[in-house]
Amino acid sequence: MINLRDKGAEFWERSNRPVRVLTVFAIMAVVAALPYAGNTFLQTPVAAFDAVLVYPMGMFILMALGLNVVVGKSGMLDLGYVAFFAVGAYTMAILGTRTGLNTWEIMPIGIAAAMFAGVLLAIPTLRLRGDYLAIVTLGFGEIVRVSALNTEAIGGALGIAGVPFPPGLGFEYQLLDQKYFYWTILVMILLVIWVIRRLTVRRPGRAWESIRQDEDAAELMGVSTYKYKIWAFVFGAAIGGGAGVFYASRSMVIAPDNFTLNTSILILACVVFGGMGNIWGVIVGATILGYLPDRFRFLSDARLLLFGLVLVVFMNLRPEGILPRKKREKAIVKKGSGASL
Amino acid sequence: MFDALIDQFWSLTFSGIALGFIYVLIAMGYTMVYGVLRMINFANSEIFMVGAFATVMVSKYVFKLSNDAIPPSSFKLFFVILCCLLASMLASALLAFLVELVAYRHLRNRTTNRIAPLISAIGIGIVISEIVRILTGARTQFSPNIVPKKTLATFQGAEIRLDNTLTIVAGLILFIVLDRFIKYSRLGKGIRAVSMDEDSAKLMGVNLNRVISLTFIIGGLMTGAAGFFYVNVYENVKFNMGFSLGLAAFTAAVIGGIGNIRGAFFGGISLGLVEIYASAVIGTQWKPVTVFIILILILLFKPNGIFGEAIQRTRV
Repeated sequence: MINLRDKGAEFWERSNRPVRVLTVFAIMAVVAALPYAGNTFLQTPVAAFDAVLVYPMGMFILMALGLNVVVGKSGMLDLGYVAFFAVGAYTMAILGTRTGLNTWEIMPIGIAAAMFAGVLLAIPTLRLRGDYLAIVTLGFGEIVRVSALNTEAIGGALGIAGVPFPPGLGFEYQLLDQKYFYWTILVMILLVIWVIRRLTVRRPGRAWESIRQDEDAAELMGVSTYKYKIWAFVFGAAIGGGAGVFYASRSMVIAPDNFTLNTSILILACVVFGGMGNIWGVIVGATILGYLPDRFRFLSDARLLLFGLVLVVFMNLRPEGILPRKKREKAIVKKGSGASL
Repeated sequence: MFDALIDQFWSLTFSGIALGFIYVLIAMGYTMVYGVLRMINFANSEIFMVGAFATVMVSKYVFKLSNDAIPPSSFKLFFVILCCLLASMLASALLAFLVELVAYRHLRNRTTNRIAPLISAIGIGIVISEIVRILTGARTQFSPNIVPKKTLATFQGAEIRLDNTLTIVAGLILFIVLDRFIKYSRLGKGIRAVSMDEDSAKLMGVNLNRVISLTFIIGGLMTGAAGFFYVNVYENVKFNMGFSLGLAAFTAAVIGGIGNIRGAFFGGISLGLVEIYASAVIGTQWKPVTVFIILILILLFKPNGIFGEAIQRTRV
């Protein structure tokens, strides 16, 4: 199969600055104009297309980017990512319905709450590796969900209704026309991409990469692996929490059923499906896995079945994802052959 | 708060052990596969679910059992139990074999990425449970009573019921057979060799694909038997029943030290007991939370599980 990733990288390396800027703006313009494409072949049969762009697609991209830092960049398998999403969403729902704070004021509180939950989970468990970490994080996700389900003070199984919309910033957020929600989430995604790209080329990014490749070697080379693992975890949690705050504010009503293990698995599937460790791959994966189930809603009964089949077939065909991560070795070979020429 | 626990201590203990044996059998499916592949078989919960459905189908449609019909005589009852148990075990084993073939075999040889097989196993789990949902409907299905819930004896005021006793006795027999099999048979030695060192085992002439396939099949047989016992005691099935039981059984395997079948035995029984006691003290709705808090505590102080070897250093 053709290597889309290398094709893209090649194009990027060959172009000069004006072409690059133009490409970025062209892509941005197309992406920003998506809410107007509702009446074309892209239309989703049941849910409105602009709503699908916000949830699941936009939300999935945001969360997959956060999870990618934990799973793809640092190599820690987290199966309870939805817990941080839930913490953010519940913070928004509780504060939004009981205090006068608005969404933008709650956002930092929600992110902080999710980060705190991240630290709480990370400190005892990050000494574990591999599959044990996976099962403990999975357990954490279930603990958060079951606790929400059984605590009557935060609505129990019914959840919390009447969460306020974000206040408009010169425009009004509307239920029936969600393009402002979409543009807001687009800004959030761009912000996250920017931060991740900055971090990746700097010390934390290199520390994560070394932990992923060989934790013992990294430790011996003086990388404080425990510290950077906690940072990766907490950073992922912060993004999940931010996404949760926005989700609660948009959906108006949240319930424990929104935060099942299935969501964690779905987000993980987005990451693996698109290409672990590569943010563009993750975005493509989340776009596809967020969009397809809504596009094919007319297959109502066989929808999930098809989703499972896609996962199995696709993983067998392309185990490294659609846009796999950059191969360090590949880059070295290229440089070497270039020098000999 | 503890009144319920103290009043019904022996009856709770008895049903806790029976539940524990169901966990032990499901945990075999996880722990054997993990021992050989160092991978969690995420489809095992669906393998269990299909085993449970097989029992319901056979008892309902082959033997035409129903709760209104006259219960079968003791000889026929024995025959019915045997057929249902075998049907469950075979259905699950066949499915486990297919799961290995579709979700693991190709990927195992192609990539060192350990998350890709996980996702494909999750994918096949979704496929199985969705097929069952489409075929049988999304509602809970009730099973006819197979083994009569007769009281055999009373001990300190606790009733010792036939269905629970059957689970414990048959579970113990299956476990001992498996344990001996792994220890002394040729195939068992092959499985142990692969779990110690895959490459060396290959060099010594172990047929890797065959051993892995058979590991899945043996795990499937055990998991299927658990499906039969579950239906026997609880008399209901649902397309997504595997999730919570599978998770608890996996926890049991981790508590005992995953990859170690005696550890899984210990873990399963203790988890069954703790779950039942905890439900009596703080209510059933907090059951999943207690299970996981125990798991986290055990991993904190014994990171390899109680009987585990130092395998926590395997990487993602």
